[in-house]
Amino acid sequence: MPAGPGASILDRRLVFVTGKGGVGKTSIAGALAHIAARSGKRTLVCEMDAKGALADAFDVGTLGFEPRQLEPNLFAMTMDTEDALREYLRLFAKVPFIGRIGPLARTFDFLADAAPGVREILVVGKLCYEVRERHYDIVIVDAEATGHIISQIGAPKVIREMAQMGLVREQTDWMIEVLHDPSITGVAVVTTPEEMPVTETLALLDRLEPETGVAPSVLVANRVLPNLFTTRQRDVVERLAEAAPLIVDEVGRGAAAVLDAARITDARRGVGAGHLDRLRAESDLPILIVPELFTRATGRRVVALIGEALAEELD
Amino acid sequence: MARRRLQLQTDLDALLASKEMVLVCGSGGVGKTTVAAAMAVAAVTQIGGRVLVLTVDPARRLADALGVGHIGNEATRVPDSAFAAAGVQPRGELWAAMLDTKAGWDDLIRLHAPDEQVREAVLANSTYHNLASRFVQSHDYLAMERLHELHSSGEYDLIIVDTPPSRNALDILDAPRQMKEFFRSWLLRWLTAPYRSRFFSMASKPFYQIADRILGSRFLEDIAEFFMLFQAMEKGFVEHANEVEALLADPRTTFVVVSTLEAAPSYEAAYLARELVRREHHLGAIIANRVLPASMTAKASATSARKLVKAARGDLAEQIAEQLDTQPEIVGDVLTEIGTRFHDVAVVATREAERRAELSELCQLLVAAPVLDRDVNDIADLLELAAHFTP
Ligand SMILES: Nc1ncnc2c1ncn2[C@@H]1O[C@H](COP(=O)(O)OP(=O)(O)OP(=O)(O)O)[C@@H](O)[C@H]1O
Ligand SMILES: Nc1ncnc2c1ncn2[C@@H]1O[C@H](COP(=O)(O)OP(=O)(O)OP(=O)(O)O)[C@@H](O)[C@H]1O
Ligand SMILES: [Mg+2]
Ligand SMILES: [Mg+2]
Repeated sequence: MPAGPGASILDRRLVFVTGKGGVGKTSIAGALAHIAARSGKRTLVCEMDAKGALADAFDVGTLGFEPRQLEPNLFAMTMDTEDALREYLRLFAKVPFIGRIGPLARTFDFLADAAPGVREILVVGKLCYEVRERHYDIVIVDAEATGHIISQIGAPKVIREMAQMGLVREQTDWMIEVLHDPSITGVAVVTTPEEMPVTETLALLDRLEPETGVAPSVLVANRVLPNLFTTRQRDVVERLAEAAPLIVDEVGRGAAAVLDAARITDARRGVGAGHLDRLRAESDLPILIVPELFTRATGRRVVALIGEALAEELD
Repeated sequence: MARRRLQLQTDLDALLASKEMVLVCGSGGVGKTTVAAAMAVAAVTQIGGRVLVLTVDPARRLADALGVGHIGNEATRVPDSAFAAAGVQPRGELWAAMLDTKAGWDDLIRLHAPDEQVREAVLANSTYHNLASRFVQSHDYLAMERLHELHSSGEYDLIIVDTPPSRNALDILDAPRQMKEFFRSWLLRWLTAPYRSRFFSMASKPFYQIADRILGSRFLEDIAEFFMLFQAMEKGFVEHANEVEALLADPRTTFVVVSTLEAAPSYEAAYLARELVRREHHLGAIIANRVLPASMTAKASATSARKLVKAARGDLAEQIAEQLDTQPEIVGDVLTEIGTRFHDVAVVATREAERRAELSELCQLLVAAPVLDRDVNDIADLLELAAHFTP
């Protein structure tokens, strides 16, 4: 494989990181941002679901709509629809600063629930705006999970296809220019080597480009357990329980837990390998492998370790 | 709180025996669907009665095992033969149903539409189709709604409800209120007011002008039409949402929070547990899922692992090789690897034990379900998990 497709994910200027709930989107987005910033790019990382997990990943108290610098070159924010609306009104509708946005926001919330794409276009618009204005070299988005990402990045397309929209519709043109250009915008789909995450990933790959016009660029297989044994060794691992009494005699009663740990880990690796094979068989996209980390650390240390693994894969 | 103390639960069996509705919640992928099914299996084998599990998007093989592989809202009975195959005799009946959100909405419209004309108009309306899957935490509301319907049918002794993966695990608690707010919102009234009065308020309120300018008036008109239809159903919907909301606080309802013992899910589980207590809902149990055995944190285990590395190349390898009919070098390599790698797993197990202790402060009952060496696919697997619920 040429060093191209996978490696170029950080050559894009807007990268959405999506995947099923809990697979590691926030950790991977944080790690990608970390390595982009280290490589000298002015980087913005943005959390879309406002859970605060991105702040935890970087060990910073809270993040807001206003980007905050975390490291040299690295800025982080969380998306907020109301703030995005306020900024939008100021920049595009030329509505001067609105102090109390309350009633308007409520109207807006309601409309946003009712009309497909209204909420989404604002937040995606904000991201595209940062890209268009070249405020950052790269914007990395800790995006919505597979269930919601299509309505999010597909919003400009949907809205453009709906006739008779107001100002919002006119704005979709430049957003689409950003989103539909695969040299500018990329999508990284994160999965773990498990049944549902892989199934959801494959379903997303089928729908993403047809429905949103945005092409997926790379897959990240996160939490992959290393294959420690050859076939002949595995045969021994699987039958080692038969020899447990011998082992306990020699190394003590703690041996049972040691054998259990090996058995569970290797069996889970085997199940995972099957799911990864399915991923490989059904998609041509490059797959970046990130191993399961065995660390007691959380936060930045995890981001750094995942970053190291990713950087190796991207080389 | 006196009531809570009286109902102190010491194990999951007692909890399942004393409640009629169990809402299983937690963050994405932690095992809500699996644990909901395993609790249902535990109830039906330990307690008996008619037990129903309402699942959301189960993995295919689990769906097949429960007999809910097909689309549709019907509850199906898991045959006793499925239990027999796993070597047990259930004391009661296990029923399973799947949450089908689109069908769920259509049912609600049918229930609340005042007449056939409104009903048909709504069901044919394209805005409705957009909305059904999107607005006011639609999935969460429907899960609650379905629970209400099943509970009031009087057909089951215990209903266990799996919840959909949502952006925020609290969404399920807010869903009925949001549904009511949706129908009560002044905007809905404004949009559905006669055109002329709408024109007046439009002229007087600058933010309508802004909304109009941004979204386009044709669009506002379009959805106004749709909401006109919807308003005809307001009374039914709001009353119903009240009843659904009441279920959350019903003394027969309990919440079970599922989490793995990893950082992010535990953090969210802790938040959810605190919030449930703050809102005075009954937090029945926290179930830590996919947990490594406690023995892995034992000092004796670490000691054995170290000794194993040292002993790997000597007599031990030869004896084992003889017993397993293989070569001592292969055994030596395997023992070295296993001994060396044990530390990795022990680190994770230690971390898990700490998080488990933290979570156990938040709830009187913390149950650990072990990580199995395979996916949880059939009744036998569920029974294996269930066995850990009732020590
Ligand atoms: N490679 C890894 N090895 C070990 N643990 C990991 C790894 N990647 C992620 N995790 C852990 O898994 C948990 C979930 O990760 P993360 O929060 O990044 O997932 P997410 O997809 O953003 O979740 P959500 O859908 O809830 O937003 C975290 O506790 C994180 O530390
Ligand atoms: N104790 C366990 N040991 C091993 N595997 C498990 C265990 N519990 C769950 N799993 C597996 O983990 C995966 C996720 O479980 P499940 O679908 O129940 O999670 P969920 O919380 O319902 O996910 P979602 O948020 O997508 O609804 C499944 O493949 C399941 O078989
Ligand atoms: Mg996240
Ligand atoms: Mg589920």
